[in-house]
Amino acid sequence: MAPRAVRVGSARFRMDDLLQTTINGIASGSIYALGAIGLSLVYAILKLVNFAHGDFMTLGGYVAFAVNVSLGMPLVVAIAAAVVAVAVLGLVTEELIWRPMRKRGAGLMQMLLLSIGLAFVLRNLILLTWTGESRKLNVDDTASYGIGIGRVSLLQILVIGIAAAALVGVGLLLTRTYVGKSMRALSDSFDLAEVSGIDTKRVVTYTWILGGGLAGLAGVLAAVFTTLTPNMGWTLLLGIFAAIILGGIGNPFGALVGGLALGLVQEWSTNFVEPTYKEAIGFAVLILALLFRPNGLLGHATRTG
Amino acid sequence: MTDADTILHVDGLARHFGGVKAVDGATFSVKRGSITSLIGPNGAGKTTAFNLVTGFESADAGRVHFAGDDVSRLRADHRARKGMVRTFQLTRVLGKMTVLENAMLAAPDQPGERMWNVLTPRRWRSREAEVKAQALEVLDEIGLSEKAGDYAATLSGGQRKLLELGRALMARPDLMMLDEPMAGVNPTLGRQLLEYLDRLRTERGLTVLFIEHDMDVVMGVSDEVVVMTQGRVLMQDRPDVVRKDARVIDAYLGGADE
Repeated sequence: MAPRAVRVGSARFRMDDLLQTTINGIASGSIYALGAIGLSLVYAILKLVNFAHGDFMTLGGYVAFAVNVSLGMPLVVAIAAAVVAVAVLGLVTEELIWRPMRKRGAGLMQMLLLSIGLAFVLRNLILLTWTGESRKLNVDDTASYGIGIGRVSLLQILVIGIAAAALVGVGLLLTRTYVGKSMRALSDSFDLAEVSGIDTKRVVTYTWILGGGLAGLAGVLAAVFTTLTPNMGWTLLLGIFAAIILGGIGNPFGALVGGLALGLVQEWSTNFVEPTYKEAIGFAVLILALLFRPNGLLGHATRTG
Repeated sequence: MTDADTILHVDGLARHFGGVKAVDGATFSVKRGSITSLIGPNGAGKTTAFNLVTGFESADAGRVHFAGDDVSRLRADHRARKGMVRTFQLTRVLGKMTVLENAMLAAPDQPGERMWNVLTPRRWRSREAEVKAQALEVLDEIGLSEKAGDYAATLSGGQRKLLELGRALMARPDLMMLDEPMAGVNPTLGRQLLEYLDRLRTERGLTVLFIEHDMDVVMGVSDEVVVMTQGRVLMQDRPDVVRKDARVIDAYLGGADE
């Protein structure tokens, strides 16, 4: 690799590298955002910090692998299967673990530890089923198109397109529909929503379908983009948490902004320093951002009297 | 015990916190179409009784009959949808939602609450428009129409109190349970609200049960007064009888007060 300093002198470098890293940043940011929104919804409504969310994503990736590679079905079918499978997983964990635990009055800490335990169980089940060998989905990762002075790969278009559609869909759901508004009501105050007559059990069920489905989708898209290993989701989870905190905890729109911001900052940083450092840079920016906006980018202060 | 005239009957309701008996076998009833007040010294268990009746907290013992049905085992949202709605002493609003959204969410029978209807807006658009019109009407009535688009978190304490009332009204309740509705609301507006409730009673047969410390208000508007002390119901009767009762004066009103 040519020394960076030499290329920094050229004006052309700035533009095309900036464009290229922006495209890459939006693509990886979309995956963070998708993962973050699902996690954020579950947290906002159930006050559950689900450490198994990363492994929900991994499972989505492997379900897609099973359908796409082992069964030889098209990618679209694989994506649908992954979304459905992880949504069902979300529902099953709600029925078997989270609801019974809430009924017994489990607090934040118990739930958090349970979710970490669930994360390990899931990861090892994945390891047992698919081994630790890294896998790839059957996608064409060479096709790309020139746009101006940058290049965008077919996969990036796919990832950004699907993520954007899903995010717009969730946004519309939350702002325009009664289902979405009741989700926001529960996140604001669960028991107040309940005495107002909102069917909380139904809304929680929908939350898991949505949160799980989004995790499944994020998992497939991450797998499309890179290679699939049992640790894929767990590795992404830290960035996803960062995206949520950066955007404003409990605010799904904040998770979207935080995810994109984190992806962009990480990729942009590769213009100046070795890519190995991009994660450290991403988190350094997170710390800085929180120093100036402690409630996150979209968080706001509340009137108390 | 529960006849057609009784909308709410509470029998032997109890709730203990550790060794403290917050509500200790309370029994009272509320007549349909009446304005009934629940009074008593601080710590008498009035708010806890509200919590138990609405299902906000679960009772250790006792039964709650509402409109002829035993609702003791129902979840809070089901009780609310049956027509029993409450407000809180420490006002609670959905701060991250707008004033209008707060009001609209409480309306019953919204087809949009089912996921499979989300993608077919024609199934819920007309009901939504109806609910919105109602909500704007209610907001106008409680003097909050100018705030419709603001986040509820930006409201002052008094305005939140009004919004709570608006939210309760949107549920089209048969029984409205208000926990100190006048506290923190300016007296003129307070009187307007009382008149509004009274009008709803005449027009829609609304029943009101409210906790209040202002004896002028209590004695002025109530058809019946329920007096609680130490988790039990001391007596239930017409205001003129209650204010003369020696036990009530002793326990709550005090000799000098009246």
